[in-house]
Amino acid sequence: MRHARRLVPALAIAAALAWCTGPVLWQLVTALKSTEELYRVPPGWLPASPTLEHFARVFDGHPFGRNLLNSAVVAAASALAALAFGSLAAYGLAILKLPGTRLVLGAALGAAMFPPIALVSPLFTLFDRLGLLNTYLALIVPHAALALPLTLWVLTSYFGEIPPDILKAAQVDGCTPLGALWHILLPVAAPGLATAGILAFIYSWNEFLFALSLAGTGEVRTVTVAIALFPGLEEVPWGQIAAASLIVTAPVIVVVLLLQRRIVAGLTAGALGG
Amino acid sequence: MRALYSAPALGLVAAVFLLPVGQALWTSLHRVWRQVPHETPFVGLENYRLLLASDRFWAALGHTTVFTAGSVALELALGLGLALLVHRKIRGRGVVRAAVLVPWVLPTVVSSLLWGWIYHDRYGLANHLLLTLGVLAEPRVWLGDPVLAMAAAIVADVWKTTPYVALILLTGLQAVDPVVYEAGALDGAAGARAFRYLTLPLLLPSMAVALMFRTLDAFRVFDLIYVLTRGGPGGSTETVSVLAYQLLFQDLDFGRGAAMGILILAAGAMIGTGYLWALRFARGAG
Repeated sequence: MRHARRLVPALAIAAALAWCTGPVLWQLVTALKSTEELYRVPPGWLPASPTLEHFARVFDGHPFGRNLLNSAVVAAASALAALAFGSLAAYGLAILKLPGTRLVLGAALGAAMFPPIALVSPLFTLFDRLGLLNTYLALIVPHAALALPLTLWVLTSYFGEIPPDILKAAQVDGCTPLGALWHILLPVAAPGLATAGILAFIYSWNEFLFALSLAGTGEVRTVTVAIALFPGLEEVPWGQIAAASLIVTAPVIVVVLLLQRRIVAGLTAGALGG
Repeated sequence: MRALYSAPALGLVAAVFLLPVGQALWTSLHRVWRQVPHETPFVGLENYRLLLASDRFWAALGHTTVFTAGSVALELALGLGLALLVHRKIRGRGVVRAAVLVPWVLPTVVSSLLWGWIYHDRYGLANHLLLTLGVLAEPRVWLGDPVLAMAAAIVADVWKTTPYVALILLTGLQAVDPVVYEAGALDGAAGARAFRYLTLPLLLPSMAVALMFRTLDAFRVFDLIYVLTRGGPGGSTETVSVLAYQLLFQDLDFGRGAAMGILILAAGAMIGTGYLWALRFARGAG
C-alpha cells in the first residue's frame, strides 16, 4: 500500500513527461535519421547513423534563412509596438485610474477571443488597396493588435502592484506623468515588460493565418508559412520538415524554459484577469 | 487629457478590429469576386442565404462542434489530472512543470506536421506503437478515414493545449488556502472526500474560465486542421474557419467569405456571452 502510494504518482509523472516531450523527441530522432532510414519499417527508435543532411538541405533549396529573418523582424517589431501601446494604456488604467477601466479590459477580452478568420478578408482588401500586401507592415499591424490584449493585462497587473508612494515622490520632484512612466514605472516594471514582450514575440513568431493570407507569397514569407508549404507537389520531405521544425522551435523552447516562472505567471494573469 | 494614454491602443484596436469588421459587413452584402474587383453589386443578404442553404456550411458547423466538444472535454479532464499531479509536493514536478510548456510553445504549424508524421500510414509512430502493443491488428490510414481523421485532429489539439488548461487550473489550486484543507481534515474530509467537497467546488471558477477560453479557441481552429488535413478527407474535417478560408482564397468569393467570417464572429460572440452570463448566474446563485 505504501509502495503503491509512491509508485502511482511516479508513474503518472513519467507518463506526463513522455506524453509532453515524446512527440518532440521523435521529431529530433526523425531529423537526425538518413532519408533511407526514415522509410524503414518498422521505424528504429534511434538514428542508426545520425546525420545532419536534412538540416543542411533545409537551407539549400529554400530561402529558409530569409524566412527566419522575416519572422524575427515581424515578431520583434510587433512585440515592441504592443509594448509601447500597451504600457501607455496600462499606465492610464492602473496608475491614473482612468474611468472605463473595466470597459477597456472587457474589450481586450473580446479582442483576445476574436476569431482571426473574420479579419482576414477585410484586412486583405484594405492592405491590397494600400499596396501593403506581402510587406512586413501587413503582418506587424495585426500581430501587434492581437498581442495587445495579453500585453495590456500583464502590464496592468504589474503596474497595479507598484506602490503609489514611488509615483507621488516623483511628482513632488517635478516629474510629469509621462516622465514618471518612462523614468520610474517602466524600469520598476521591467520584469513585466519582459514577460509581456516575450509572450507577444512568441505569438507573432508562431502565427500562421495572417502570415499565410496577408504575406504568404514573395520575399516576406515567414517561417510558419514556409514550413507548412514544404510538402510540395512531389513526395513529402519529412526529414527536412523535422529539421526545419526544430530550428524554428529551439529558440522559443530555450527562452520559455529559462523564463518558465514568469511566462506562466504572465499567461495565467491574462486568463484570470478577465 | 489623461484619456490620451489609451488613445494609441484604442486607435490600433479600432484600425485592426472595428474598421475591418465594418468592411467585412459591407463586403458580405455585396457580390465581390476577387477576379472582378470593380463590379461589386449590392445583393442584400444573398451571401448569407446561400451559405445557410448549403450542406457544406452545416457540415462545417457540425465538424467544428464535434472538434470543440471532443477536444475541450478531454483537455479539461487531462488538464485537471495534470494540474493535481504537479500541485503535489513530489519529486520531479519541477521537470514536469517545464515539460508541459513544450507543446504549448510550439507553433501550431509545427505540431500539426509533427503529428502528421506520427500518423503516417506506412512509416508513422502511431501505427508502429499500436501494432507493437497489440492494440491494432493492422495499420490504419489515420488521415484517410473521416472518423479517424477527426479523432487524430482532436488528439493533436489535446496534446498541444492541455498544458494551458493545466496551468490555469494549477493557478486556481495554488490560490486555495491550505487552512481550508486543515479545517476539512478536522471535519473528516480527506482524500477523495476532500477532492469532491473542497477542491472541486473551489476550483470551479478556474475551470469555468478555462472552459470558456478553450471553447472559443477550439471553435475558431484553423492552423491545426489546415496543415494536418486541409479539411479532408472529402471535407470531413473542414471547420468553419477552414471553410471561410477556402471560400476566400480557393473560390475567390470574397462576398461569401466575408459573410462566413461575420457568421463565425456572431457565433463566437454568442458562445462568449453565454458563458459570461452563465458565470454571472452561477456566482449570483452561489
